[in-house]
Amino acid sequence: MAKVKSLADLKRMKEDLQSKMDLREKSNAPDSILQVKVGMATCGIASGAKEVMNFFIEESAKRGIAAVVTQTGCMGYCYAEPTIEVKMPGKDPIVFGDVDVKKADEIIEKYVKHGELVDGIIPVNYNTID
Amino acid sequence: MHILICGGTGCRASKSELIQTNLEDALKAKGLEDEVQVVTTGCFGFCEKGPIVKILPDNTFYIEVKPEDATEIVEEHIVKGRQVMRLLYTDPDKKETVSDAKNMGFYKKQIRIALRNCGFINPENIEEYISRDGYGALGKCFEMTPQDVIDIIKKSGLRGRGGGGFPTGLKWEFASKNEADQKYVVCNADEGDPGAFMDRSILEGDPHSVLEAMAICGYTMGADKGVIYIRAEYPLAIERLKVAIGQAREYGLLGKDILGSGFNFDVEMRYGAGAFVCGEETALIHSMEGLRGEPTVKPPFPAESGYNGKPTNVNNVETFANVPVIINKGADWFSAIGTDKSKGTKVFALAGKINNVGLIEVPMGTTLREVIYEIGGGIKDGKKFKAVQTGGPSGGCLTERHLDTPIDFDNLLAVGSMMGSGGMIVMDEDDCMVSMAKFYLDFTVEESCGKCTPCRVGNKRLYELLDKITEGKGTREDIDLLRNLSAVIKDTSLCGLGQTSPNPVLSTIENFYDEYMAHVDDHKCVAGQCKALMQYVVDPELCVGCTLCARNCPVDCITGERKEAHVIDVEKCIKCGACMDKCKFNAISIQ
Repeated sequence: MAKVKSLADLKRMKEDLQSKMDLREKSNAPDSILQVKVGMATCGIASGAKEVMNFFIEESAKRGIAAVVTQTGCMGYCYAEPTIEVKMPGKDPIVFGDVDVKKADEIIEKYVKHGELVDGIIPVNYNTID
Repeated sequence: MHILICGGTGCRASKSELIQTNLEDALKAKGLEDEVQVVTTGCFGFCEKGPIVKILPDNTFYIEVKPEDATEIVEEHIVKGRQVMRLLYTDPDKKETVSDAKNMGFYKKQIRIALRNCGFINPENIEEYISRDGYGALGKCFEMTPQDVIDIIKKSGLRGRGGGGFPTGLKWEFASKNEADQKYVVCNADEGDPGAFMDRSILEGDPHSVLEAMAICGYTMGADKGVIYIRAEYPLAIERLKVAIGQAREYGLLGKDILGSGFNFDVEMRYGAGAFVCGEETALIHSMEGLRGEPTVKPPFPAESGYNGKPTNVNNVETFANVPVIINKGADWFSAIGTDKSKGTKVFALAGKINNVGLIEVPMGTTLREVIYEIGGGIKDGKKFKAVQTGGPSGGCLTERHLDTPIDFDNLLAVGSMMGSGGMIVMDEDDCMVSMAKFYLDFTVEESCGKCTPCRVGNKRLYELLDKITEGKGTREDIDLLRNLSAVIKDTSLCGLGQTSPNPVLSTIENFYDEYMAHVDDHKCVAGQCKALMQYVVDPELCVGCTLCARNCPVDCITGERKEAHVIDVEKCIKCGACMDKCKFNAISIQ
């Protein structure tokens, strides 16, 4: 291991290391960043939720978007798998259906970056209890 | 995903290391070892429910995990994304499971500054510390003059967390003003109060924060050597410190020319044999020098003549752990937390008859009621709260009427106790206050170094008087004698140990005078703890003559015919309580 020779060195090192700890830092304050939940029940996985989830994890990192991507159980929209729920800070969560990699890309570019809604939104028909 | 496992002493004793191995094996079996990282961290604080396992990013908090649960956690939670419900915490009031620690009563009122990294980073990995701004405060200090740094600490209002509450910045300034060819920074990790484990947990969970703060202190006073005095009975803390010191040297964050500033600093360790008096700074320094661990009169203060006769600054572990945060976030941020004269937070080790035994950190000014009922979850088994002992053997006990006192240095002193290092022992209606005072005196008598007479002989006499009272042989004069003797010991002892050792006696007499009187006048112990004052009796109305008690009595002092009421021979009875435990008809009681 090379020695840390200056404060600038230390800062650079900190930045490099931060990505490793990202996941833990973010789970401390999940409400302040983008949260994506991917429905990963049997039906979801069978229709390709795993690729969509990986795409979100990789692309959000690549495009510099701070996000927590987690898996969740069946959301009940089996007709529209894979389904994902996207929650932007300060906004109500939105559920998108039939999300493939292409759609996921559109969601990131349009909704996440610019707040534009895209096709495929499933109206939320239930309330969650806290 | 990350899986965090508590690696504190408590959870390790409940096999957390085996849990880790099992989790890793289970992940490997599923081919997930590259995707999921398993990390050992420091203490989460919720020791009552250990071992703790936390899954990120969804922040699921599993309690009382057993090694055999590992497979289920991996197969259910990691693979299928379903929480293992039976391992979640159940809110005792609402009877609902809580998966996120943020929603648990235990964590809601806490602010974690000294414990910021405990239960979050792997203490044996310096890179995780660096990624959390670690050693950044030290770097920041190099861009300021030593006096600037001292001014920040002074302005923050940080006071010594070891018990005395002396302003830290002022202490640093004294040490910095004394010129010498060699100076020392000493970390006091000789935590000795019964039931206290704050410093141990910090060292186990975040050793680098202490090393960084020691280097900062060294920079302000011009010392290039740091020594950690730690008791040998903390093997895990010692191990983690060794690893931390090694890594810091390897990264050049300890040693020569740190971060190119030209400042040199290195840390070594000294092991103490676990003598309580060595927590007193002069005794600690003598012990480090290889002499007997006995205190000497101050002045000279260590800041003038300490270790090896050189200017030395001694601070407690928790005090140091606060320093890097103050430098990073600023004095104003820190002084905004807490009360008028006590700034920041305080770590407490909650112990005794309380539901959530554990390690907590609350802002100064939090009331005892909030700590005991909201964070601590109230008294065990629905019993009634009686007293809380703060400040260990040097402190006093506080009662129901003190519950709404905001905790800070001055308030606790005003009500006859003290902050101490942070032990907090909760007692319920079954605890006898005279016996409690006797317990602490027993400890002090054992730990007195014997150098000065008031402490060596006086405490022994106090103990004997208390013993006499618990035996039912005490008189009212004995209570007066306890008071007078206590005053003399306090006034004439050499060091803090003797000056504070009568506090448990005085505060129990003050707050539980009736209980002392009951022991003396009526020869009764209300709590039913003093064996000499108890009598087991059989209620002839309730006894059905099943002979179960007689068969279980170890000294055969119960007689009676089958199907007739039995009788206990009080002369022969050794008061073991076996008969009362066995009786199915509640016919045996204590009088």
